Amino acid sequence: MKNDSDKILQEVTGSDYKYGFYTDIEMDQAPPGLTEDTIRFISAKKNEPEFMLEFRLKAFRHWQTLKEPEWAHVEYPPINYQDLIYYSAPRKKPKYDSLDEVDPELLETFEKLGIPLDEQKSLAGVAVDAVMDSVSVGSTFKKTLEEHGVIFCSFSEALQKHPELIKKHMGSVVPYTDNFFAALNSAVFSDGSFAYIPKGVRCPLELSTYFRINAANTGQFERTLIVAEEGSYVSYMEGCTAPIRDEHQLHAAIVEIISHKDAEVKYSTVQNWWPGDKEGKGGVYNFVTKRGICAGENSKISWTQVETGSAVTWKYPSLILKGDNSTGEFYSVAVTNNKQQADTGTKMIHLGKNTRSTIISKGISAGRSNNSYRGLVKTTKNAENARNFSQCDSLLLGDQCGAHTFPYLDVGNRSSIVEHEATTSKISEDQLFYCLQRGIDMEGAIGLIVNGYAKEVLSKLPMEFAVEAQKLLSISLEGSVG
Amino acid sequence: MLSIKNLSASINGKTIIQGLNLEVKEGEVHAIMGPNGSGKSTLASVIAGRETFEVDEGSVTYMGKDLLELPAETRAREGIFLGFQYPVEIPGVSIANFMRTAINEKRKYLGLEPLTGAEFLRLMEEKKKMVDIQSKLTSRSVNEGFSGGEKKKNEIFQMALLEPRLAILDETDSGLDIDALKVVAKGVNKLRRPDNATVVITHYQRLLDYITPDFVHVLYDGRIIKSGDKNLALELEEKGYDWVKKEAPAGA
Repeated sequence: MKNDSDKILQEVTGSDYKYGFYTDIEMDQAPPGLTEDTIRFISAKKNEPEFMLEFRLKAFRHWQTLKEPEWAHVEYPPINYQDLIYYSAPRKKPKYDSLDEVDPELLETFEKLGIPLDEQKSLAGVAVDAVMDSVSVGSTFKKTLEEHGVIFCSFSEALQKHPELIKKHMGSVVPYTDNFFAALNSAVFSDGSFAYIPKGVRCPLELSTYFRINAANTGQFERTLIVAEEGSYVSYMEGCTAPIRDEHQLHAAIVEIISHKDAEVKYSTVQNWWPGDKEGKGGVYNFVTKRGICAGENSKISWTQVETGSAVTWKYPSLILKGDNSTGEFYSVAVTNNKQQADTGTKMIHLGKNTRSTIISKGISAGRSNNSYRGLVKTTKNAENARNFSQCDSLLLGDQCGAHTFPYLDVGNRSSIVEHEATTSKISEDQLFYCLQRGIDMEGAIGLIVNGYAKEVLSKLPMEFAVEAQKLLSISLEGSVG
Repeated sequence: MLSIKNLSASINGKTIIQGLNLEVKEGEVHAIMGPNGSGKSTLASVIAGRETFEVDEGSVTYMGKDLLELPAETRAREGIFLGFQYPVEIPGVSIANFMRTAINEKRKYLGLEPLTGAEFLRLMEEKKKMVDIQSKLTSRSVNEGFSGGEKKKNEIFQMALLEPRLAILDETDSGLDIDALKVVAKGVNKLRRPDNATVVITHYQRLLDYITPDFVHVLYDGRIIKSGDKNLALELEEKGYDWVKKEAPAGA
């Protein structure tokens, strides 16, 4: 009977990636390889200020002294960094006044992805700044945002228009010396998003950016920088899907968030990079450094992520709780299927007094995948009365997958309280039969059960994103999550 | 409606049901009684299509169709409902969401448009009143943290929503106090129609004080050894299962 249900699970979880298509847009790209010349090429292409080039070069020189980390619970063939292309941009350079001027093929791609970069989006109250490969191609709601003094634009644009803000904040949370991939990104980052919320402003719109990899052999190096000044609020959403590729694609992004006194930043992401085929061939390597700092008193940052993609994921959205009474939250659903590998989690570093953090991590493993949670909770000597609650749940589908939990606790004072709970469960044959007996087929049953399991996290997403995420969970389990 | 002929079924090579015969017609209520381990729940599972059980021999015909050919979800959509003895918890899935999915799957199968959110809510309110359950129950996760009584009431509520042609209630009375038992029985009686049928599986006679069966069958050692009207249940209550066991060879 066990074999039966496993077999069914495998059948049900074997569907193909639905977003596997490739858009043919003429590329303007750097030759493969990485030298100081490549970096000068990128910087010149983007017409960057001098300080940016210097920053890149320093990062590059530092990167050359580093070795790729090997401690994560993942395996992949060595990456030849000299084979990758470090810059590519759609040739028909943007700066459009309206969507009519955007390359129709590109719009079609977004259409396929179900990303309505059109009036529907505006009705929904979402400003979308779409990043395809490396250059931003569309932007709406600029006006509303401008009226409130909110800056939301591509990183390149910000470098041109607000170089002082970039210079001040970039690298302040994730320095280029942080790790191998952060150094690489700092040297060659192509583009990304910048959001700045001035003092006392509650951002009137959900800010949303879609990322997408779309060129063979192109490493993707995005940078996101969000700065929330005193007493401000912003909800920022990011989502991504990638087309089918035979070779592994490297994605090494950096996200930095700064939340000042009494400010709150909600960062949500649905991540759906191409995970590779059933044998694990192809697929994206997602090695990302995400970190936020609650710099001021009573500040707050929350990470909510739904991860279904990537062949290999290495990602730990972290928070430094520096301001007294600041709050950090991490809500995560990570799905792995077939031969996917994920080593993901968070770090909560409590520096300030009365700081609080919550970690809710829900791992779902199917097929022959491996899903690891790795988390660090640290309270320093000064972090009096710091509190953390962590809950790490794992759900197994079938009997060939793995779930692992690596919690690290480092408590530096007597008044802090750190709690950790962990569970591992399987979808039971009883649950499946219960659904079947009510007329819900196997696929629907798994979708229901998994979405129910992940509900605590999904409910933290903005409504619109939650709906997408639910669909995504079902899709990724259709062919892979049994 | 349901015709079971010479049915034998096993689990992991162990025979549980052997040579069972049963005829259920529209409008009828049948009670199947028997001691623990006699095969009552296995019979319910086999009719519902649980794959952990192997059908070794015999036939089951439902509404003219070979039931054994159909997967469990199709049987459900064809109108077979199983009220579970131990309803399982599905954390995070609200009853409303669960039942809306179930109803719309069934409607799709029948070639009907799915119910809209508003239509479903209306239906749910109507059925809540009918089976007398608390309003807030439906926003809770399926069976999660439910008391024994709430779980069984929830089964009856689901039955009311799905309007089955053939309902099989597997020991729905077990673990219920008398008030919950009355609620469950009331629900079953209200849902009774000339064109549907109910099979009540029970260990004790007391449920039959509230649901009056047309036929009572005694299941023993995987087969029905005695059938009769409601008086048989009373006789059983008085004399115990040992009485029929003695008669078993003759009955078989």
